[in-house]
Amino acid sequence: MSMDAVFRALADPNRRLLLDRLHARNGQSLNELCEGLGMSRQAVTKHLVILEDANLIAAIRRGRERFHFLNPVPINEIAERWIGKYERGRLQALAQLKKNLEGDHNG
Amino acid sequence: MADDRFIYVTYIRTTQEKVWNALKEPEFTRQYFFGVTVESKWTPDSAWRMVHPDGKVTDSGKVVEIDPPRRLVLSWRNEFKPELTAEGYSRATFELETQGDMVKLTVVHEIAKQGSKLIEAVSGGWPIILSSLKSLLETGKPLERSQSK
Repeated sequence: MSMDAVFRALADPNRRLLLDRLHARNGQSLNELCEGLGMSRQAVTKHLVILEDANLIAAIRRGRERFHFLNPVPINEIAERWIGKYERGRLQALAQLKKNLEGDHNG
Repeated sequence: MADDRFIYVTYIRTTQEKVWNALKEPEFTRQYFFGVTVESKWTPDSAWRMVHPDGKVTDSGKVVEIDPPRRLVLSWRNEFKPELTAEGYSRATFELETQGDMVKLTVVHEIAKQGSKLIEAVSGGWPIILSSLKSLLETGKPLERSQSK
Protein backbone atom coordinates (compact mmCIF):
# COMPACT_ATOMS: atom_id res chain seq x y z
CA MET A 1 0.00 0.00 0.00
CA SER A 2 2.78 2.38 -0.88
CA MET A 3 2.40 5.78 -2.44
CA ASP A 4 4.51 4.42 -5.33
CA ALA A 5 1.67 2.06 -6.20
CA VAL A 6 -0.78 4.98 -6.18
CA PHE A 7 1.34 7.07 -8.54
CA ARG A 8 2.09 4.11 -10.81
CA ALA A 9 -1.61 3.36 -11.02
CA LEU A 10 -2.39 7.00 -11.80
CA ALA A 11 0.30 7.19 -14.49
CA ASP A 12 -1.84 5.35 -17.05
CA PRO A 13 -4.46 7.36 -18.98
CA ASN A 14 -6.82 4.38 -19.28
CA ARG A 15 -6.80 3.89 -15.54
CA ARG A 16 -7.47 7.58 -14.99
CA LEU A 17 -10.35 7.24 -17.43
CA LEU A 18 -11.78 4.40 -15.34
CA LEU A 19 -11.46 6.57 -12.22
CA ASP A 20 -13.22 9.41 -14.07
CA ARG A 21 -16.05 7.07 -14.99
CA LEU A 22 -16.43 6.01 -11.36
CA HIS A 23 -16.27 9.63 -10.28
CA ALA A 24 -19.14 10.37 -12.67
CA ARG A 25 -21.11 7.39 -11.39
CA ASN A 26 -19.88 5.37 -8.45
CA GLY A 27 -20.58 1.68 -7.89
CA GLN A 28 -20.40 0.31 -11.45
CA SER A 29 -20.06 -3.33 -12.46
CA LEU A 30 -17.37 -4.57 -14.84
CA ASN A 31 -19.92 -4.70 -17.68
CA GLU A 32 -20.94 -1.10 -17.08
CA LEU A 33 -17.32 0.05 -16.93
CA CYS A 34 -16.55 -1.71 -20.23
CA GLU A 35 -19.42 0.00 -22.05
CA GLY A 36 -18.28 2.34 -24.81
CA LEU A 37 -14.60 1.87 -24.06
CA GLY A 38 -12.15 0.91 -26.78
CA MET A 39 -10.64 -1.67 -24.41
CA SER A 40 -11.10 -5.39 -24.14
CA ARG A 41 -12.80 -6.80 -21.09
CA GLN A 42 -9.49 -8.40 -20.11
CA ALA A 43 -7.67 -5.07 -20.33
CA VAL A 44 -10.29 -3.35 -18.18
CA THR A 45 -10.07 -6.18 -15.62
CA LYS A 46 -6.29 -5.83 -15.51
CA HIS A 47 -6.51 -2.08 -14.95
CA LEU A 48 -9.11 -2.56 -12.22
CA VAL A 49 -6.79 -4.99 -10.39
CA ILE A 50 -3.97 -2.42 -10.46
CA LEU A 51 -6.32 0.32 -9.21
CA GLU A 52 -7.61 -1.96 -6.46
CA ASP A 53 -4.06 -2.95 -5.43
CA ALA A 54 -3.21 0.75 -5.13
CA ASN A 55 -6.36 1.15 -2.99
CA LEU A 56 -7.72 3.74 -5.42
CA ILE A 57 -10.87 1.72 -5.89
CA ALA A 58 -12.74 -0.71 -3.66
CA ALA A 59 -15.13 -3.39 -4.82
CA ILE A 60 -18.09 -4.96 -3.12
CA ARG A 61 -19.83 -8.17 -4.12
CA ARG A 62 -23.59 -8.20 -4.36
CA GLY A 63 -24.95 -11.50 -5.64
CA ARG A 64 -23.00 -12.56 -8.70
CA GLU A 65 -21.60 -9.16 -9.54
CA ARG A 66 -18.86 -6.96 -8.17
CA PHE A 67 -19.44 -3.23 -8.00
CA HIS A 68 -16.54 -0.80 -8.07
CA PHE A 69 -16.24 2.35 -6.00
CA LEU A 70 -13.79 5.20 -6.12
CA ASN A 71 -11.78 5.16 -2.90
CA PRO A 72 -10.56 8.71 -2.28
CA VAL A 73 -8.59 7.90 0.89
CA PRO A 74 -5.11 7.58 -0.77
CA ILE A 75 -5.69 10.75 -2.81
CA ASN A 76 -6.74 12.54 0.35
CA GLU A 77 -3.50 11.37 1.98
CA ILE A 78 -1.54 12.86 -0.91
CA ALA A 79 -3.46 16.12 -0.55
CA GLU A 80 -2.82 16.20 3.20
CA ARG A 81 0.88 15.53 2.69
CA TRP A 82 1.56 18.33 0.22
CA ILE A 83 -1.42 20.64 0.10
CA GLY A 84 -2.57 20.51 3.72
CA LYS A 85 0.56 22.40 4.72
CA TYR A 86 -0.29 25.36 2.45
CA GLU A 87 -3.87 25.36 3.58
CA ARG A 88 -2.66 25.52 7.18
CA GLY A 89 -0.54 28.55 6.31
CA ARG A 90 -3.53 30.26 4.77
CA LEU A 91 -5.71 29.45 7.76
CA GLN A 92 -3.09 30.80 10.14
CA ALA A 93 -2.83 33.98 8.05
CA LEU A 94 -6.61 34.38 8.20
CA ALA A 95 -6.65 33.75 11.93
CA GLN A 96 -3.98 36.42 12.40
CA LEU A 97 -5.90 38.86 10.21
CA LYS A 98 -9.06 38.26 12.22
CA LYS A 99 -7.14 38.80 15.45
CA ASN A 100 -5.63 42.04 14.16
CA LEU A 101 -8.94 43.38 12.87
CA GLU A 102 -10.82 42.48 16.01
CA GLY A 103 -8.01 43.93 18.07
CA ASP A 104 -8.46 47.26 16.26
CA HIS A 105 -12.14 47.38 17.09
CA ASN A 106 -12.15 45.97 20.55
CA GLY A 107 -9.05 47.57 21.92
CA MET B 1 -28.12 -1.05 -7.58
CA ALA B 2 -31.15 0.59 -6.03
CA ASP B 3 -29.21 1.80 -3.02
CA ASP B 4 -26.82 4.63 -2.53
CA ARG B 5 -23.54 3.74 -0.90
CA PHE B 6 -19.90 4.60 -0.51
CA ILE B 7 -17.03 2.35 0.32
CA TYR B 8 -13.77 3.55 1.78
CA VAL B 9 -10.72 1.46 2.44
CA THR B 10 -7.60 2.43 4.31
CA TYR B 11 -4.59 0.39 5.36
CA ILE B 12 -3.14 1.28 8.74
CA ARG B 13 0.18 0.04 10.08
CA THR B 14 -1.00 -0.99 13.55
CA THR B 15 -2.93 -3.77 15.29
CA GLN B 16 -6.56 -4.69 14.81
CA GLU B 17 -7.27 -4.05 18.52
CA LYS B 18 -5.95 -0.49 18.27
CA VAL B 19 -8.13 0.29 15.24
CA TRP B 20 -11.13 -1.29 16.94
CA ASN B 21 -10.63 0.79 20.09
CA ALA B 22 -10.09 3.95 18.07
CA LEU B 23 -13.53 3.50 16.51
CA LYS B 24 -15.31 3.61 19.84
CA GLU B 25 -13.14 5.28 22.49
CA PRO B 26 -14.02 8.96 23.00
CA GLU B 27 -10.40 9.94 23.65
CA PHE B 28 -9.59 8.72 20.15
CA THR B 29 -12.65 9.85 18.21
CA ARG B 30 -12.27 13.36 19.59
CA GLN B 31 -8.86 13.57 17.94
CA TYR B 32 -9.63 12.39 14.42
CA PHE B 33 -13.40 12.72 14.00
CA PHE B 34 -13.90 16.51 13.85
CA GLY B 35 -13.80 16.70 17.65
CA VAL B 36 -16.88 14.52 18.23
CA THR B 37 -17.16 11.85 20.87
CA VAL B 38 -19.05 8.62 20.28
CA GLU B 39 -21.11 7.27 23.16
CA SER B 40 -22.57 3.77 23.44
CA LYS B 41 -22.58 0.66 25.61
CA TRP B 42 -21.37 -1.17 22.48
CA THR B 43 -23.67 -4.16 22.92
CA PRO B 44 -26.06 -5.46 20.24
CA ASP B 45 -29.17 -3.31 20.01
CA SER B 46 -27.83 -0.60 22.31
CA ALA B 47 -28.07 3.02 21.23
CA TRP B 48 -25.09 5.07 20.08
CA ARG B 49 -24.76 8.76 19.54
CA MET B 50 -22.19 11.20 18.35
CA VAL B 51 -21.79 14.37 20.36
CA HIS B 52 -20.18 17.56 19.09
CA PRO B 53 -17.90 19.48 21.51
CA ASP B 54 -20.70 22.07 21.88
CA GLY B 55 -22.99 19.35 23.30
CA LYS B 56 -25.21 18.91 20.23
CA VAL B 57 -25.98 15.36 19.10
CA THR B 58 -24.94 15.21 15.45
CA ASP B 59 -25.77 11.60 14.57
CA SER B 60 -27.33 8.63 16.33
CA GLY B 61 -28.62 5.11 15.88
CA LYS B 62 -28.32 1.57 17.17
CA VAL B 63 -25.59 -1.03 17.28
CA VAL B 64 -26.89 -3.59 14.78
CA GLU B 65 -24.00 -6.02 14.94
CA ILE B 66 -20.80 -6.08 16.97
CA ASP B 67 -18.08 -8.70 16.68
CA PRO B 68 -14.86 -7.37 18.29
CA PRO B 69 -12.37 -6.70 16.81
CA ARG B 70 -13.68 -7.60 13.36
CA ARG B 71 -17.04 -6.14 12.48
CA LEU B 72 -19.28 -3.32 13.63
CA VAL B 73 -22.58 -2.44 11.98
CA LEU B 74 -24.44 0.70 13.04
CA SER B 75 -27.78 2.10 12.00
CA TRP B 76 -27.10 5.78 11.46
CA ARG B 77 -29.24 8.86 11.26
CA ASN B 78 -28.10 12.42 10.97
CA GLU B 79 -29.59 14.58 13.74
CA PHE B 80 -28.54 18.12 12.92
CA LYS B 81 -29.69 18.82 9.38
CA PRO B 82 -33.49 18.36 9.05
CA GLU B 83 -33.31 17.40 5.36
CA LEU B 84 -30.82 14.64 6.22
CA THR B 85 -32.73 13.48 9.31
CA ALA B 86 -35.77 13.13 7.03
CA GLU B 87 -33.96 10.47 4.99
CA GLY B 88 -34.12 8.18 8.02
CA TYR B 89 -31.65 5.51 8.94
CA SER B 90 -28.61 4.59 6.90
CA ARG B 91 -26.22 1.78 7.72
CA ALA B 92 -22.51 2.01 8.39
CA THR B 93 -20.40 -1.15 8.38
CA PHE B 94 -16.83 -1.24 9.64
CA GLU B 95 -14.74 -4.27 8.81
CA LEU B 96 -11.23 -4.87 10.12
CA GLU B 97 -8.83 -7.40 8.73
CA THR B 98 -5.14 -7.91 9.49
CA GLN B 99 -2.98 -8.20 6.37
CA GLY B 100 0.67 -8.73 7.28
CA ASP B 101 1.71 -5.82 9.49
CA MET B 102 -1.25 -3.70 8.39
CA VAL B 103 -4.91 -3.54 9.19
CA LYS B 104 -7.34 -3.14 6.32
CA LEU B 105 -10.23 -1.00 7.48
CA THR B 106 -13.27 -0.98 5.20
CA VAL B 107 -16.12 1.43 5.83
CA VAL B 108 -19.34 0.99 3.88
CA HIS B 109 -22.00 3.64 4.36
CA GLU B 110 -25.27 2.86 2.60
CA ILE B 111 -28.93 3.76 2.50
CA ALA B 112 -31.92 2.15 0.75
CA LYS B 113 -32.53 5.20 -1.42
CA GLN B 114 -31.05 6.69 -4.57
CA GLY B 115 -29.58 10.18 -4.72
CA SER B 116 -29.25 10.34 -0.95
CA LYS B 117 -28.16 13.70 0.45
CA LEU B 118 -26.90 11.96 3.60
CA ILE B 119 -24.57 9.69 1.61
CA GLU B 120 -23.39 12.72 -0.34
CA ALA B 121 -22.76 14.61 2.91
CA VAL B 122 -20.87 11.82 4.70
CA SER B 123 -18.87 10.92 1.59
CA GLY B 124 -16.83 14.11 1.89
CA GLY B 125 -16.11 13.53 5.57
CA TRP B 126 -15.04 9.89 5.63
CA PRO B 127 -11.83 10.24 3.58
CA ILE B 128 -10.61 13.01 5.92
CA ILE B 129 -11.61 11.07 9.03
CA LEU B 130 -9.97 7.85 7.83
CA SER B 131 -6.77 9.62 6.72
CA SER B 132 -6.62 11.25 10.12
CA LEU B 133 -7.27 7.98 11.95
CA LYS B 134 -4.41 6.42 9.99
CA SER B 135 -2.14 9.34 10.83
CA LEU B 136 -3.12 9.21 14.51
CA LEU B 137 -2.46 5.47 14.86
CA GLU B 138 0.76 5.48 12.84
CA THR B 139 2.37 8.69 14.07
CA GLY B 140 0.47 9.60 17.23
CA LYS B 141 -0.80 12.77 15.58
CA PRO B 142 -4.13 13.32 13.82
CA LEU B 143 -4.52 15.63 10.83
CA GLU B 144 -5.37 19.22 11.73
CA ARG B 145 -8.17 19.36 9.19
CA SER B 146 -10.02 16.62 11.06
CA GLN B 147 -10.08 18.38 14.39
CA SER B 148 -12.80 20.97 14.10
CA LYS B 149 -15.95 21.04 12.04
